[in-house]
Amino acid sequence: MNYENENKIQSSGVQVYYGENRALHGIDLNIGANEVTALIGPSGCGKSTFLRCINRMNDVIDGCRVEGSVFIDGDNIYADHMDVVELRARVGMVFQKPNPFPKSVYDNVAYGPRIHGLAPTKEALDHMVETSLKRAGLWQEVHDRLSDSGSSLSGGQQQRLCIARAIAVNPEVVLMDEPCSALDPIATAVIEELIEELKSEYTIVIVTHSMQQASRVSQKTAYFHLGNVVEFGDTKQIFSNPKNSQTEAYISGRIG
Amino acid sequence: MTDTSTSMSVSAAPKSPEKIARLKARYRAERRFRFYGRAAIAIAAGILIFLLSSIVYNSIPAFTQNFVELDIELAQDVIDPNFSKDAEIIFAADWQGLIKTSLRREFPEVNSRADKRELYDLVSSGAGDWVRDFVLDNPQAIGSMVRLAVPTSDDIDLLIKGLIDRNLPESDRLVSNKELGWLDHYTARGRVHTQFAWVLFTSGDSREPEMAGLSGAFVGSLLTILVTLAVSFPIGVMAAIYLEELAPKNRITGIIEVNINNLAAVPSIVFGLLGLAVFISFFQMPRSAPLVGGLVLSLMTLPTIIIATRASLASIPPSIREAALGVGASRLQVIFHHVLPLAMPGILTGTIIGLAQAAGETAPLLMIGMMAFIVDTPTDITSKATVLPAQIYMWANNPERAFLPKTSAAIVVLLLFLLSVNATAIYFRKKFEKRW
Repeated sequence: MNYENENKIQSSGVQVYYGENRALHGIDLNIGANEVTALIGPSGCGKSTFLRCINRMNDVIDGCRVEGSVFIDGDNIYADHMDVVELRARVGMVFQKPNPFPKSVYDNVAYGPRIHGLAPTKEALDHMVETSLKRAGLWQEVHDRLSDSGSSLSGGQQQRLCIARAIAVNPEVVLMDEPCSALDPIATAVIEELIEELKSEYTIVIVTHSMQQASRVSQKTAYFHLGNVVEFGDTKQIFSNPKNSQTEAYISGRIG
Repeated sequence: MTDTSTSMSVSAAPKSPEKIARLKARYRAERRFRFYGRAAIAIAAGILIFLLSSIVYNSIPAFTQNFVELDIELAQDVIDPNFSKDAEIIFAADWQGLIKTSLRREFPEVNSRADKRELYDLVSSGAGDWVRDFVLDNPQAIGSMVRLAVPTSDDIDLLIKGLIDRNLPESDRLVSNKELGWLDHYTARGRVHTQFAWVLFTSGDSREPEMAGLSGAFVGSLLTILVTLAVSFPIGVMAAIYLEELAPKNRITGIIEVNINNLAAVPSIVFGLLGLAVFISFFQMPRSAPLVGGLVLSLMTLPTIIIATRASLASIPPSIREAALGVGASRLQVIFHHVLPLAMPGILTGTIIGLAQAAGETAPLLMIGMMAFIVDTPTDITSKATVLPAQIYMWANNPERAFLPKTSAAIVVLLLFLLSVNATAIYFRKKFEKRW
């Protein structure tokens, strides 16, 4: 709660190259703690690329190069001393397509705490799994089939399982890359409610193609266009009174 | 066809004749193609069935063996003249002599030297071993008269099985009229019978077809394959993991990749030459040993395993890797906790295919002396041994007719060996298979 309304994540001059091709042209963005920041924009505008800069997931892509710096609580995550594995435990991620491990529901959630050594005993681990599933709003539905395969759940349940998996390691930031694009409207509504609840404990950055979703769940919105942040501000203001004409064109559906 | 006719009748707008003709031509093309495919499968299956059935049919006689019961006097003065009861002295006694005595007693009218030799040929020249084994098991029988079943010679065996026609003129027949008479003497008294040819599985190679077995070659093959597995599996899988998951994609790894693919296409005899030069000449490893054979076959199997493992690793969806990386797994943890277990079925399949290939290989083993007449069953990876395919080749080259069914039987055993290897592969693949 200390970071309320403070900048949790600060990016300055972030440029990303895929080989010769520059995908981001120097992004400066301040993302506040304990709020939901939505990144919107047309396909290929670099919003997912930027999201993946925040937990250095771009590192694993061949030929991808990141310049500039991203600070989380004042630490430059692109500094040499930064341990990527530790960073990713602090910055969790939920992907576009639900991607549970082909393991049991329990093992899916327990995997993170296990590899980071967060649970000293079996009981502690059980407790962690239960809390995470409860926070992800999945406990009621799966508590009696924890040993079933994660892929036997429905799409929406799988995505909440992935959220539970991400928050099981107690991250500070949760990144969501179009988490509802593979889900039906009902499952989407459940996830959106969940995001609303989670923001009290986590800083959430969400990439979405749905403007309605951005306006429903986020407090801040950044509009990306061709690798630049065109406009960044309060969600209400962006959607009601965009300052930039490109933003207006996009959110009113004239382009995009 | 029914589909088109109904849709034609249902559709409101009548189709033009060209359109209908084009549609018909398309269906005809599809039917033709289907026919070609079925014909190809039928031809392939037919050839396979012909091949297998002819091998199995030819091998059937080799699985039985004929024995004749002889009255043998276990004379004390021949077996153990000094009552030493020493197993070594008993072992070295003139067992074949006892058999000859028995035959002469049965047919006292045989006098000439040539006739006697023919008479002795009624039973296997290794028949003495049966008497020896009996006495070693029952030492109290020394001095008594026993009736023991001993194997017939290979030609007599073939005659009883009907593979030598007794109605042929004597000059065209491998069994003389006299031998026929002696055999009939025993047959009439019910002293000739057919048994399962255990010798095929329990004894090693021999110059006498009725004494020759596959035990040596089978154990040799098994030891060689174990060495191959122990060497090529860990090295191959590790190399593949590094190349696929960890190695930087640059010129050097590119060159390595191309060469691994080339290695898979190198003629196997070249690996044999390499093995001869490196393992035997340079490292002074023993000749004809499963150790060297296994190492040479490892060289051959490695590319197969590496290629299969890489393909299998590459087929794991990136979403699984991202999921693991996303919760803070290190690269190694991603590989060993997620990617490798999912890739395991494919890796095992590739490995077993490689091993099966190696198990059927002869050419490289030629060069390192595993194509050799070796009687004893190997006991460890450094003792002299041969392998099943080499044994098949050597038996096929033997002039005795009785080796013909033996060769087919050896092929059947090799095929069963490979079949069981493949069955193991399928079992493990099913066991490790997981859905995602």
